[in-house]
Amino acid sequence: MHELSLTQGVVDICESSAGGRRVTAVVLQIGELSSVVPEAVEFCFEACSRGTLLEGARLIIEQIPARGRCGDCSTEFPLRSYYNSCPSCAGHRVTIISGEELRVKEMEVD
Amino acid sequence: MCITCGCSPEDHHHDHDHDHHHDHTHDHGHQHSHNHGETETARKVAVETDILSKNNRLARENRNLFFRKGVFVLNLVSSPGSGKTTILERTLRDLQQKFRFAVIEGDQQTDNDAVRIAATGVPVRQVNTGAGCHLDAHMVSHTLHEFELDSLDILLIENVGNLVCPASFDLGENHKVVVLSVTEGEDKPLKYPAMFHNADVMLLNKVDLLPHVDFDAEKCKEMARKVNPDILIFDVSSKTGEGMEAWYQWLASGTRKG
Repeated sequence: MHELSLTQGVVDICESSAGGRRVTAVVLQIGELSSVVPEAVEFCFEACSRGTLLEGARLIIEQIPARGRCGDCSTEFPLRSYYNSCPSCAGHRVTIISGEELRVKEMEVD
Repeated sequence: MCITCGCSPEDHHHDHDHDHHHDHTHDHGHQHSHNHGETETARKVAVETDILSKNNRLARENRNLFFRKGVFVLNLVSSPGSGKTTILERTLRDLQQKFRFAVIEGDQQTDNDAVRIAATGVPVRQVNTGAGCHLDAHMVSHTLHEFELDSLDILLIENVGNLVCPASFDLGENHKVVVLSVTEGEDKPLKYPAMFHNADVMLLNKVDLLPHVDFDAEKCKEMARKVNPDILIFDVSSKTGEGMEAWYQWLASGTRKG
């Protein structure tokens, strides 16, 4: 349940950017390879936001698709996991170009 | 509050002076309201901040400190029961004449592992994470002042037994070392790919039991390399000592003495 400490991090980041204003919505970007379960973040958010500027805020989670680039033939392709091989040359030396994001993108304030 | 991380006294009961870089309102000493460059109607605030940015900053500070002090630091991760503590005990007993070690033990509860490590004579601190499923850079930084870093060669951090959560939290280590034992499923690298992807070294432990278990070591290594083509793998038995010499050589090569 590392989502609990990650969600606490979200609340801390938003409070420090809110300038004392009430936060009404938060947009997170979570990569498909980030080992974070969006439902668990939603579950933790209610508890972590209680008594803060974020209490009652809408949580919007944008999932970022995973993409990789083959180190052998430079093909870019969608990844479903860390161990997908390159669809063009079957190489395993794959650089992840997206899908590991864990980011507070933006928020709405009163 | 602590100068390194900005944690509050409620968290840690430290009463020394601190810099304050969180959670204050930005009224800048004047009374009118303003929106930091946004128009009054724009209520959206771009944040664009990594959720792990605080942990990553503290990890960077830990790493800089380790570098300055010349300490080689490993973060040992695995599922519970893979033999991390036994590997540490054997490593410490075999190498403590050559290198000056310290150990941080992470567990949700108990100091059982710290007691085992203390029996080797090596300085050890137990961190209990309570409900937490991983160590983070903050917990590690608060433990460091209890060690004489100037007189250390190697700091071994045994993370909470868990193949998921510790993968996301940088502690400032030089390398993550993942331990997998042959009494587990050989497909663990594919089931928990983030951990094997983020580790530089894999210790395949309990190889003395290979004749007795249904575990295809080569298949397991092939899966680990699928997830991480550069992972360095050592077959070891912390019980019999088989294969430990190669691990020791790698360990030595990371220190300033190596």
